[in-house]
Amino acid sequence: MNVTRKAAGRRPYVRPMGGWWKRDPFFVRYMVREGTAVAVLAYALVLCVGLVRLAQGEAAWNGFVDALRTPWSLLLHAVLLVSFFVHAKSWFEIMPKTMPMMFVRGERLAASAVTRTGWAAAAAASIVMLGLAAWGVAS
Amino acid sequence: MPERTIEIQVLRYRPEQDERPFWQSYTVPFTDDMSVLQGLQHIKDDIDGTLSFRWSCRMAICGSCGMMVDGRPELSCKTFLRDLLPGPVRIEALSHFPIERDLVVSVEPFIRKLEGIKPYLIPKEPRTLAEGEYRQTPAQLAQFDQFSACINCLLCYAACPQFGLDGEFTGPGVLALMHRYNVDSRDGGRAERLPVMNAEEGVWGCTAVGYCSEVCPKGVDPAHAVNQNKVNSAKDYFLRFLSPKGASA
Amino acid sequence: MNRRSNAPVFWLLFGAGGMLSALLGTAMVYLSGIAAPLGLPPAAGLLDHARMLAFAQHGLGKGFLFVTVSLFAWHAVHRIFHSLHDLGVHNGAVAKVACYGTAAGVTVVAGAALLAVGW
Repeated sequence: MNVTRKAAGRRPYVRPMGGWWKRDPFFVRYMVREGTAVAVLAYALVLCVGLVRLAQGEAAWNGFVDALRTPWSLLLHAVLLVSFFVHAKSWFEIMPKTMPMMFVRGERLAASAVTRTGWAAAAAASIVMLGLAAWGVAS
Repeated sequence: MPERTIEIQVLRYRPEQDERPFWQSYTVPFTDDMSVLQGLQHIKDDIDGTLSFRWSCRMAICGSCGMMVDGRPELSCKTFLRDLLPGPVRIEALSHFPIERDLVVSVEPFIRKLEGIKPYLIPKEPRTLAEGEYRQTPAQLAQFDQFSACINCLLCYAACPQFGLDGEFTGPGVLALMHRYNVDSRDGGRAERLPVMNAEEGVWGCTAVGYCSEVCPKGVDPAHAVNQNKVNSAKDYFLRFLSPKGASA
Repeated sequence: MNRRSNAPVFWLLFGAGGMLSALLGTAMVYLSGIAAPLGLPPAAGLLDHARMLAFAQHGLGKGFLFVTVSLFAWHAVHRIFHSLHDLGVHNGAVAKVACYGTAAGVTVVAGAALLAVGW
C-alpha cells in the first residue's frame, strides 16, 4: 500500500491549533496548572535575591526584609501562596499517573489514595517546618 | 402530535469542490433512543447522500465512528441526541487530524506508529507446543488487561494537544498499547520497544494534560500508561551504563 | 525518530522540584513572605539578621536553602519551557537556553551567596 502518493482528488485539510487551550475548560485548567510554574520561579528568585543580600551583610539584608514588608511584596506573596496551593493540589492529583499499578490485599490501589497520601505528607512536612520555625524563633 | 426534530450542524469538506470546510445545517427527526450516528445515517439516507462518515459496529467496539460532538471527542454510536438537547448539535471531524472529506480523517500515520511498537507478544525464549499454554495469575492479567481494551478509535489523539501541536508525537493510544505488551508476563520484547519509548516523540512528548484518559470510551487510561513509562524511560536512561542491555526493569 | 531524548535529566529535576514545592512551598511562602514580615506566629523575628545568618551558616540550613532555591527554579523553568511550546513559541533552541539558563544561573548565584555567608 503506497501511503505517500495522494490518490486523485485527495486534498487533506489541516485545521489550525491557535488558541487550542481556550476551546475546553479542561485545557484552561491545564494551562492554569502549568501557570503555577511562574509563581514557583518568582519565589525562587525572591529567595535567591535574599541569599545575595544576606551575603552582602546586615545592612543589605535589612533592606531586603524592609522590602518584604511593603504592601506590594505582601500582595505578591499572597498571590504566590494561592499559586503554590494550586500547584500542590494539581501535583498530587497527577502523581498517581506516574506510579505503576499497585495492589493492596488483592485490591487495586486507587489513585485517590495516592493523592491523599501526598496531601498527608504535605501537611506533615508543613507542620514540621512551622514547628521548626517556631522553635528557631524561641531559641 | 407534531414530529420532534433536532438541528444537526456538520462541518462539511469536499476536497474536489470546497476551498475550506464550512458548516451545513440539517433538521433531523428525533426520538429519545437515537444516537448521533443514527442522526447522521438519517441525513445520509434521507436528506443529503453526499455526507461522508465512518461507522461499523454501532456498539462502541470497532472504533470507527470517532468525531467531535459539541467540541468533545466522542464515538457517535455511543452519544445520544437526547443528551444534547435542545441543540444545535455541532459535529466535526476528529481534532488534530487532517480532514480527508467531511467527517473522515487521515489515519495512516497512526497505523505506522502502531506497527512501530510491535503490538504483539514477542516470546522471551523459544517455546514448543509440548510446553503447553502460558499460565497467568489474575494479578498478572490485571497488569495489562485494562490497556488491552483499546479499540484504536483515536479519541485520545483528538484530545491530546501535544499531538495536535506536533503530529510526530507517538501519542497516547500507541504508547498505551506499547505498555500493554511490555507488562504482559508472556512478553519479552520490552527492549525492542525502548527506542520508541525513549525518543523525544515517545513518552517525552507528553506533558500530562490527562484529557486522553477523560475521553477514552473503554477506560484504558492512556495517561497512566504514558506517564508511568516516563519513570521507566528515565531508569533506562540513567542505568543503561550498568549493564550491556541497559536496565529493563 | 528513535534518537534517545535527554529529557530524563530535566524531568527528574522538574519532578524533584515539583515534589519539594508541593510539600513545602506553601508553608515556606507563608513563613517568609507573610508571617515573618508581618510578625505573625510562628515567625515573628524569623528574619532577624543574626538568626538568618546562623541558619545559612549551618550545614543543614545551607543545604536546605540551596536545594530549595535551585530545585524550585529547575522545576519552574522546565514547565515554563513546555508552556511556551503550548502557546506556540516555536524557536525551541532560544527558549530552551533562556529557560534552563535561568535555572542554571539561579543555582550558581544561590550557591555562591551561600558560600559567601561562610560557616
